Amino acid sequence: MSRDVDYDILIKPGRGIKHYWRDLVQYRELFAFLAWRDVLVRYKQTAIGVAWSIIRPLLSMIVFTIIFGKLAKLPSEGVPYPIMVYTAMLPWQLFANSLSESSSSLVANTNLITKVYFPRIIIPSSTIAVSLLDFLLSFLILVILMFWYQFWPDWKILTIPLFLCLAIFVALGFGFWISALYVRYRDFRYVIPFIVQFGLYISPVGFSSTIVPEKWRLIYSLNPMVGVIDGFRWAISRENVQFYWAGFIISIMLTMAVFVSGFLYFRKTEQTFADVI
Amino acid sequence: MNRVVKVENLSKKYVISHQAKERYTALRDVMANSFKTVGRKLLSLAQDRKLKTQNTSREEIWALKDISFEVNRGDKIGIIGRNGAGKTTILKILGRITEPSEGEIRLRGRVGSLLEVGTGFHPELTGRENIFLNGAILGMTRTQINKKFDEIVDFAEIEKFLDTPVKRYSSGMYVRLAFAVAAHLETEILLVDEVLAVGDARFQKKCLGKMEDVSTKEGRTILFVSHNMGTITSLCDKTILLDTGQLIEYGKTSDVVLRYYSQGLASPASFESVSMGKLVGDDHASLISGAVVNRDSKTVSEVDIREPLIITMRFKINRSANNKYFPNFHFFSSDGTYAFVSSPRTQTIETADVGIYKAECMIPDNFLNEGTYFVGLALTSFGSGMTVHFYERNALSFNVRDPIENVPTRHHEYTGPIPGVVRPLLEWTVRRES
Repeated sequence: MSRDVDYDILIKPGRGIKHYWRDLVQYRELFAFLAWRDVLVRYKQTAIGVAWSIIRPLLSMIVFTIIFGKLAKLPSEGVPYPIMVYTAMLPWQLFANSLSESSSSLVANTNLITKVYFPRIIIPSSTIAVSLLDFLLSFLILVILMFWYQFWPDWKILTIPLFLCLAIFVALGFGFWISALYVRYRDFRYVIPFIVQFGLYISPVGFSSTIVPEKWRLIYSLNPMVGVIDGFRWAISRENVQFYWAGFIISIMLTMAVFVSGFLYFRKTEQTFADVI
Repeated sequence: MNRVVKVENLSKKYVISHQAKERYTALRDVMANSFKTVGRKLLSLAQDRKLKTQNTSREEIWALKDISFEVNRGDKIGIIGRNGAGKTTILKILGRITEPSEGEIRLRGRVGSLLEVGTGFHPELTGRENIFLNGAILGMTRTQINKKFDEIVDFAEIEKFLDTPVKRYSSGMYVRLAFAVAAHLETEILLVDEVLAVGDARFQKKCLGKMEDVSTKEGRTILFVSHNMGTITSLCDKTILLDTGQLIEYGKTSDVVLRYYSQGLASPASFESVSMGKLVGDDHASLISGAVVNRDSKTVSEVDIREPLIITMRFKINRSANNKYFPNFHFFSSDGTYAFVSSPRTQTIETADVGIYKAECMIPDNFLNEGTYFVGLALTSFGSGMTVHFYERNALSFNVRDPIENVPTRHHEYTGPIPGVVRPLLEWTVRRES
């Protein structure tokens, strides 16, 4: 009747990571189901749900192009300004949406957490799926923009998935930290919109990071989204744009640090979620 | 090899902070408190005093203390006890939802919990989609759900509505589907918490039958928490009795249930003071018996929310003191909330002679909310001042059952809990004004 062999479960205070990987494998389908639920529900409830994922980056792009490109006349490295902004808007929206969704995801699923066992890390992780879908849809707009401006990238565009992965890791790392903290400290309800709003201006979304003075460039790269956005821009650039490796490596290292520490913190506090949520 | 659950010295501690009004902490409090602590430390260093008083705002509560027991394969174990005895906490620890503070548990096989029917259902998704989603949440794989799919649909009796969003389901259908998914879990150990308290009587019977099957035919182990002694006695072979976090007894269901009643740990639906071997009252008046009865004067422990129930109390006046005796009944909900007190109208009470009296108080239909209630029986007289002759707390208990479907105080698409001690059906008018 039962498909797998008997195994022993040991429950004791502060039990380690031993069964966690096995459980993650056993519940891998739940990840897909939760993601599928979020996607289904999202487009079932709103009239223009799909359109929203395109309208938001498109409008922000127009505003940024007018302010930074036309009024402030900032440089754009040989790429049409709208395309330069929109290319940065894609990973930024992915990060911002994932962060807002995943940070409150545990609290939004309180009924599951207090009633059923499964590795909790599945919840914040699966929220990324909706943001990814948005990303793919708004990517289509980028293609349309490229048609419009007759701007064709070269082979470098094939590296986009790599930078996308980096963006996902940034979002997951912060998502783990903040969703776990959110369970205990509801202050994050107010912190998240602030981070998202603030981050949009301190990250090189509306402008190119080349306008940052050389001596500040390394410090500027401490923002992990700088590396991601620079990567995206490099991937669509046509000419031999110089890639700022030092900053990119710092971004990768920071991202991994946030991701690993976020995962560990999540694991450490996971057992208490049901008690404090 | 037959032992599937082994619990050793299990304890669970909750720390309750009396300062916090809300359940969650705010960063502000944490920061303020650490400043305070530092401040106090500095202060006490200066004054050379030990810090002892500052922890008064935090209180430790042991929800479970030193519990040990073992369960064999295929057993159906009941867990009973008053509210706050720790029944749900045990299930939550076994189901790995929360962590124990001390002790350990060894389990052989996978654990599935049915802590609340319909957990994880999404109203916008169809019945078919929800079966897969709910199955995945409960730990089934897609292949397992596919294999069981027809059985689940058949059990829930919702074939025609498979592709309708569950928000359009009648509440009965919703509950049936939710139970059906959970009941087809293929885990070796099944934890069940009061889920059978929903649905109509026929479906409840079907659920009970399913549980019986699961354990006897498939050899799976069930741990079952309930307030309903009838269900416990008919389903469970052995029962655990808990009180204030401690294991009082673990043995044959009939013995344990008897002890539960006889030790005053439970409140029955009726009692006779004589048979309980104690006399309640003073030399003026004493309590003889009490009961919860339905419309047909039959003693019942459970009543449909749409039906009235009557609390009766017989008492004896031993002395004629020209007093007016007021029986009064005190109602508490299961979480200890003082729901209300009721006594007869002042004008209806005459001075009483020696004799045996019977007081009846009718609780109308559609008045109390669903749940378990405890009744305290008291007799007070007013002569020279007020005298309480007896007050038997938690003398009786009864359960108000919400069949979910066709309940006038509930609207068809909503099956969740409705808050409040009472759920009265009041006069309403809604009309168009312009």
